[in-house]
Amino acid sequence: MSKFLLPLAVFALLATVLAIGIKHSPDKGTIRSPLIGHPAPAFALATLDDAQRVVRSQELRGHPYLLNVWGTWCYACRAEHRMLLQIQRAALAPLIGIDWKDDDAQAQAYLAKSGNPYSVVLVDRDSRAAIDWGVYGAPETFLVNAAGTVTYKHVGELTREVWEHQFVPRLRQGTAAGR
Amino acid sequence: MMRVGLATVALWCAAATALAIDPTELPDPTLQARYSALTHELRCVQCQNQSIADSPVGLASDLRAQVREQLLAGKSDEEVRDYMVARYGEFILFRPRYSLRNAWLWLLPLALLLIGAVAALRILRQRAQLLAVDDSTVGEASPLDKNGPA
Repeated sequence: MSKFLLPLAVFALLATVLAIGIKHSPDKGTIRSPLIGHPAPAFALATLDDAQRVVRSQELRGHPYLLNVWGTWCYACRAEHRMLLQIQRAALAPLIGIDWKDDDAQAQAYLAKSGNPYSVVLVDRDSRAAIDWGVYGAPETFLVNAAGTVTYKHVGELTREVWEHQFVPRLRQGTAAGR
Repeated sequence: MMRVGLATVALWCAAATALAIDPTELPDPTLQARYSALTHELRCVQCQNQSIADSPVGLASDLRAQVREQLLAGKSDEEVRDYMVARYGEFILFRPRYSLRNAWLWLLPLALLLIGAVAALRILRQRAQLLAVDDSTVGEASPLDKNGPA
């Protein structure tokens, strides 16, 4: 009896470790953001429409907002563009765009042609804001609540499923909790 | 001759790409050494098996610029690491930090080695005991020898 106990224990341990590994494998390659539950990083960025106008993160305080990091060079951003337009129409929260490492003229042409889902588009050419937000690949979409806390981050194409299951409940929760 | 030629070309290419990826030169050699060490131990989060020193992608070069800027501003290596970890999590460090959460990773091999050593010792002892007890049969003819085919 005790002869089998040790191998059995070793097997159980190994099985547990592997099970945990398999369970987390869908997240492989996705980095859990250390920002979740923390105040949104401060930024001051010029807008795409008017390089003289600077939007600061403090101005966005007081109501929840979505922050979408994109670029015309990014294919997954094009894929989610239609969804972003629908999100704008749903009007649950303003969508702030950060045009990351992009060419201004190209970005303007792209938005003029495909429609502009953003309340405002900010320009981040040298990744200063992107690094502060822990961005590592576009598109990335953040949800910031009225208190200015980052509550959710999605990496990759924002699908309807992700929007309805992750973002909408959190936005509803935020408005229900009141301010 | 052919081989030497090919090797030279390969080496030259490697050197050329290495130079092309990171042309940064800091004014002070010790600063340059710290810069080089840091950029080699920070992961390029976009292309996760390369360090930011080896990666040609845009974000890596922007992260290198951050490292350079902070070193020039007089920040310590640990401050630069903390800056990166606060934004990207510990995943950005190729050499994980020792913490309570990952202590088992460091201690498990030691524990396994210990278990193995104990098991080996026990087996060796058992064998020694068996030999000590069973000495008598050595040299005696076994029943098999008598009945077996000659």
